[in-house]
Amino acid sequence: MGLRGRNYARQYWPFLVPAGVVVFAVIVFPWIFTLYMSTMEWHVGGNITFNGLANYKRLLTDDRFLWSVVRTLYFTAMAVFFPVVLGIAAAVCFHKEFPFRGLARTIFILPMMATPVAIALVWTMMFHPQLGVLNYLLTSVGLPASQWQYSPGTVIPTLVMVETWQWTPLVMLIVLGGLASLPIDPYEAARIDGASPWESFRHITLPLVWPHIMVALVIRTIDALKSLDIIFVISNGGPGTSSETMNYLLYLEAFSFYDIGYASAIVVVFFVIILLISMLLFTSRRQAY
Amino acid sequence: MKPHQIRRLFGRIGFGLSVFALVSPALLVFLWMLSLSLKNELDNTSFPPVFIPTHFTFQNFIDVFEKNDFVTFEWSDFDLFGRTWFQMPSLGGYLYNSVVVSFGATGLALLFGVPAGFGIAKSKAQKAAALIMIARVTPGLSYLVPLFLMFQWLGMVGTLTPLLITHLVITVPIVVWVMIGFFEGLPNELEEAALVDGATIWQAFRYIALPLARPGIVVATILAFIFSWNNFIFGVVLAGRETRTLPVAVYNVLTFEEVSWGPLAAAALLVTLPVLVLTLLMQKEIVAGLTAGGVKGG
Repeated sequence: MGLRGRNYARQYWPFLVPAGVVVFAVIVFPWIFTLYMSTMEWHVGGNITFNGLANYKRLLTDDRFLWSVVRTLYFTAMAVFFPVVLGIAAAVCFHKEFPFRGLARTIFILPMMATPVAIALVWTMMFHPQLGVLNYLLTSVGLPASQWQYSPGTVIPTLVMVETWQWTPLVMLIVLGGLASLPIDPYEAARIDGASPWESFRHITLPLVWPHIMVALVIRTIDALKSLDIIFVISNGGPGTSSETMNYLLYLEAFSFYDIGYASAIVVVFFVIILLISMLLFTSRRQAY
Repeated sequence: MKPHQIRRLFGRIGFGLSVFALVSPALLVFLWMLSLSLKNELDNTSFPPVFIPTHFTFQNFIDVFEKNDFVTFEWSDFDLFGRTWFQMPSLGGYLYNSVVVSFGATGLALLFGVPAGFGIAKSKAQKAAALIMIARVTPGLSYLVPLFLMFQWLGMVGTLTPLLITHLVITVPIVVWVMIGFFEGLPNELEEAALVDGATIWQAFRYIALPLARPGIVVATILAFIFSWNNFIFGVVLAGRETRTLPVAVYNVLTFEEVSWGPLAAAALLVTLPVLVLTLLMQKEIVAGLTAGGVKGG
């Protein structure tokens, strides 16, 4: 950037004003207001009184909240691992030329574009213990039928399965973008030196696309932490509380129990976690591009 | 055949099988959705399941339209100063609600977001970019508590306006983020030449940068529209009976009415159909936007 660029740089602020007003009203103001509400004893229809950090202290001793954190971490660990591993494998496949590649790729990304409620409803019908197509398929190949979202032990793996089905394509697209920018030379050198396909993947491809995998990893982590629609429709937090994640508990506290102060404290904790991870994202993005 | 030819053949078959394995879960779920929606209730609840409908029927789709208010049309009074002046046509229904909210939120986001993306890209406002990034990754539900209280206080709950405004939480960050990327990718020379020739910054934006950024605007529009259309949780909290968007309406079919699979699958298919068609038609733009933008909204 020369002298000219620096002179003009300051004159671009009017372009930011309209969006700035909107972002302040619907994004920044809610953040500040949430922080304020989290220090209040605030029930819808009840009195509003200041209670300092009492909501935060309650979080630390609330078993229901602490279990929701554990569940969220359990869900997130699996809902990151499977899509990332499968997404990398899929990206390697889609990087090669083959007939109907465009069509295959379009079909592959449909799950992540489709309306989550619609596909969650279809999965719900497929999971039906007696009449569902999945238990039919399982038993017809000799496997035992599953209770899917109707049993405390299988509900989270079931939700992870749907989440994996839905979001593996996003990991694939990010990694595919990385693969497309790779140089050809190292591969030719490796081939001449007699490296196997696996060796050149392990020692050339993987290190070169690592920044992209990092981006996918962070994005997937954030998305899995805040996953809600699928849980809402398929299991409704149940059976009992066995699929109640932080985000779902937040919904309940705010819009079923109308405990606005406590819900706001959950939002603040949630926000801090997401913020820390997105700082990771911002630094890893800069390395990737 | 020679050994290396056999090995290559097996390699090809293996590769074909792995592509098939990758695509089939997506294909099967959507085909099953289609199959459920085209079968009568007897076929849908039979065990073992009927995969290919024996009696094709469109009755499920007819039921969905007859029993639900997708689009309603009626004459209503226009009241002002305590008296009725004239009758005017008023539209309603779930499809109408979804269209108003998603088109409105996308349109406003373009109006505000495209200039902002230009401004941020040109002035290299890293802090503004970081703010947008954080806005995109924060859970949508966290905005809903304060906004819900605010709309209640303003007496707006039960109209489409709060829904449209909260959908800006999704669409504005998407548009700004995609546009930053596109404007950063444009060459500076043309604009600088115009500025040297005496054009104002606004003219440089309007007549040079904006036409060049048209592909970016297309990408931003598609993504903002899709993520707004798909949004569920804002509608669950903010919509009244009359202002439900399509995803909320379909969810309520499941919960509050007799569950029959055919109409439910038909409704689910209809809700997601615009998005599926858009994806099939614009897959190149969507892929470009998602790999550049990287994060979904909501």
